[in-house]
Amino acid sequence: MDDGRRLREVDVLVVGAGPGGLAAAAALGARGAGRVEVVDREQETGGIPRHSVHAGYGLRDLHRAMSGPAYARRRTELAVDAGATVRTDVSVTGWAGPLTLDMTSPAGLERVTARAVVLATGARERPRPARLIPGTRPDGVWTTGRLQQAVLAGQPVGRRAVVVGAEHVSFSAVVTLAHAGVRVVAMVTDLPRHQSYGAFRAGALLRWGFPLLTDTAVTRLLGRPRLTGVEVRSSTGRTAVLDADTVVLTGDWIPDHELARRGGLLMDAGTRGPAVDTAFRTSVPGVFAAGNLVHPVETADAVALEAEPLADAVVRHLAGLAEAAAPVPVRVEAPLAWIAPNLLDPAGPAPPRDRFVLWSRAFADRPVVEVVQAGRPLYRDRSWRPLVPNRPAYLTSAWMRRVDPGGGPVTARLARET
Amino acid sequence: MSERSEVFDVLVVGAGVVGTAIGRELAHRDLRVGLVDAAEDVGTGTSKANTAILHTGFDATPGTLEARLVARGHDLLGGYAAAAGIAVERTGALLVAWDDEQLAVLPTLQAKAERNGYRATRLVGVGELYEREPHLGPGACGALEVPGESIVDPWSPPIAFATEAVAGGVELLLGTRVTGVRVGPPHRLVTTRGELAARHVVNVAGLFSDVLDRWFRRDGFTVTPRRGELLVYDKLARPLVRHVLLPVPTKLGKGVLVAPTVFGNVLLGPTAEDVVDRTDTGSTAAGLAFLRDRGARILPELLDEEVTNVYAGLRAATEHGDYQLRGYPEQGYVCVGGIRSTGLTASMAIAEHVVRLLAEGGLRTPPRAGAVTPSMPPLGEEQRRPFQRADLVAADPAYGQVVCHCERVTLGEIRDAQQGPLAAGDLDGLRRRTRALNGRCQGFYCGAAVTSLLGANHG
Repeated sequence: MDDGRRLREVDVLVVGAGPGGLAAAAALGARGAGRVEVVDREQETGGIPRHSVHAGYGLRDLHRAMSGPAYARRRTELAVDAGATVRTDVSVTGWAGPLTLDMTSPAGLERVTARAVVLATGARERPRPARLIPGTRPDGVWTTGRLQQAVLAGQPVGRRAVVVGAEHVSFSAVVTLAHAGVRVVAMVTDLPRHQSYGAFRAGALLRWGFPLLTDTAVTRLLGRPRLTGVEVRSSTGRTAVLDADTVVLTGDWIPDHELARRGGLLMDAGTRGPAVDTAFRTSVPGVFAAGNLVHPVETADAVALEAEPLADAVVRHLAGLAEAAAPVPVRVEAPLAWIAPNLLDPAGPAPPRDRFVLWSRAFADRPVVEVVQAGRPLYRDRSWRPLVPNRPAYLTSAWMRRVDPGGGPVTARLARET
Repeated sequence: MSERSEVFDVLVVGAGVVGTAIGRELAHRDLRVGLVDAAEDVGTGTSKANTAILHTGFDATPGTLEARLVARGHDLLGGYAAAAGIAVERTGALLVAWDDEQLAVLPTLQAKAERNGYRATRLVGVGELYEREPHLGPGACGALEVPGESIVDPWSPPIAFATEAVAGGVELLLGTRVTGVRVGPPHRLVTTRGELAARHVVNVAGLFSDVLDRWFRRDGFTVTPRRGELLVYDKLARPLVRHVLLPVPTKLGKGVLVAPTVFGNVLLGPTAEDVVDRTDTGSTAAGLAFLRDRGARILPELLDEEVTNVYAGLRAATEHGDYQLRGYPEQGYVCVGGIRSTGLTASMAIAEHVVRLLAEGGLRTPPRAGAVTPSMPPLGEEQRRPFQRADLVAADPAYGQVVCHCERVTLGEIRDAQQGPLAAGDLDGLRRRTRALNGRCQGFYCGAAVTSLLGANHG
């Protein structure tokens, strides 16, 4: 208590009250995991969905369609009903031990020691500087996350917007812009096609009629103090300036991994989140990681559906039954960007829903996916559906038992045509 | 706006770090002083976009005014920062040689430092160099250690100086662009808010100082803005570097450095490019590629980290090798031009020098009490910030409510920054006073909340 911190102990501390953290808390509560506490630094629970007013949440996990805010409320209720303590306005500021975290809230400073910690801190979109887009630093540059909150708060946005990115979240940004009365001038992607569902694209085209500029990169922002134009260049080398006072940078997700890194967790170079095995274990015993922190990004329902196996793994640890992780690294080769989980024990549990999540950087219309270990084929399948970048694909875990625990890293890749 | 009938003893034109330092110095005299700037806040020009280093002046050109004022300013600003609670980290610098030719230059730089009166440099062998900077890229041959080089919070000094100046009775005239001069006595400055009369004028107009100088019928120099682009890396990169890593200067310029910041980030830059437009603070694809190429050599792991911010500043370079700082006693005019990248360090020494020049011009400067060193919010990562203080949170829970998560800025700090004579008027001003919105997410999480808080206090 030397610096005035309140010292406390809980059984499970869940960091982050988004879909992953709340679903984990509900599942842990249902298993009688003891004192389960979820902390979130925001004023409201629910994570990203609470700003996403359109429908489409809850389909696969709660078996009904609801808006993002309604989904956020329901997930919170389920956690609370299961006996978990859910706290907001609590910022976790660092580690004071392997399973001890410091936090600050209006109620004061605390130091909480848990028997297990679940990191569910989520992911965010890369902002303009991280994308190294040159030019002026004008007003009118947004990420979808910032845009959606500003619109909800009734803050002015602009009149003419360019949406950068053409994946699911990009169309979500289009809906938000329309709601705010902002005209979409163009959607720009450096990939050859959009990466959302055809129906979204067709619907957006029909309703708002903006062009989709493919194979096109943003090369410069113009204007000061307000954005006046977005300079783009197509793969053929042609440049143009799109007349806009607003640009929304969508997608390009990065996990919110600060706490994971400050805790010295082994990180995965592909996801940039902590490396986890099929039981959500990180390199630090007792510290688990889940949700979009470990696979940036999946939909809220996919994240929530991981909660049951995650809770099983945490309960095994609490019971002292957690087998020591002897994990084999799982890697990918380009154009695959990452795989999750990215550590495995051939004798360990299968990953949630018996599948690994794969993320590709490029389209592959007839991919042949293979898994190899030291040149030895473990899996090969020609019957894959097309791979679409910026969208998860799923690799069965059926090959997992064939991994040699001492055989070195396993690699998932696209086979060259044979 | 109407004309003002009163005549100022001194009007200082330009409220950057040097202008505010002059205002602060004059606030301790019994004078009627005005501090004028076109912008709506202090420190918004060259002062806000620099490398944030508290220089020793070891590499200045010996015998120049700049060399003298930087050395003196280093001590003055260091002392002031300590008194005002402005973050300074005494990291020291290592000037790294990457080939034999550069290695051979190090003793020359050491000798130059001694001619500048700086005797603490030391040659460091390659073994010790890698021991002290284990993440340095391969191929370094040795270094010159400059233990006195430090890093400083570059945003708080102009705000502190202006706060102290206003407390001492200086009138702060922001949003007031000078558009012409009718040379006196008394001088009449034509501004966007009417005419201002003064017996003495100090020109600290930075990138526009040559224009103002010509209006005073002087023609000593021309400002050629030199653009410096900089990359700010994520705080998670901070453990990669312990000192300011300086390059060996070449004929082409001072080169690209890697430096920690007091906010806990790592800086890579600057470029050096002469531009025509005095407001062109945009970054370029070529500049960013160049910096990343240099950074990859100096600190390869840095390139794996996320970039938190990119900015460009314009230094007020001239065709001369020294500050263009002179008094025209017969005219009641002092010109403070050509203050380049060393202006932050030298600011308080320049202010002392300017007051001497004003006295030579016949200004009587009797002392006056009233202006006291303000206590600035602790923005440094090494300082104890409000979210870390149980006592503060217990007394006011607003200091426990973190609003900007990346930078851990609390509601209490955002509220405080909007009070007092130097209150933040916009998001950019709030950034420089609190660090809010300056973090890795660039407002993804808190942008709307911070904007609402700004609106709330001004509604």
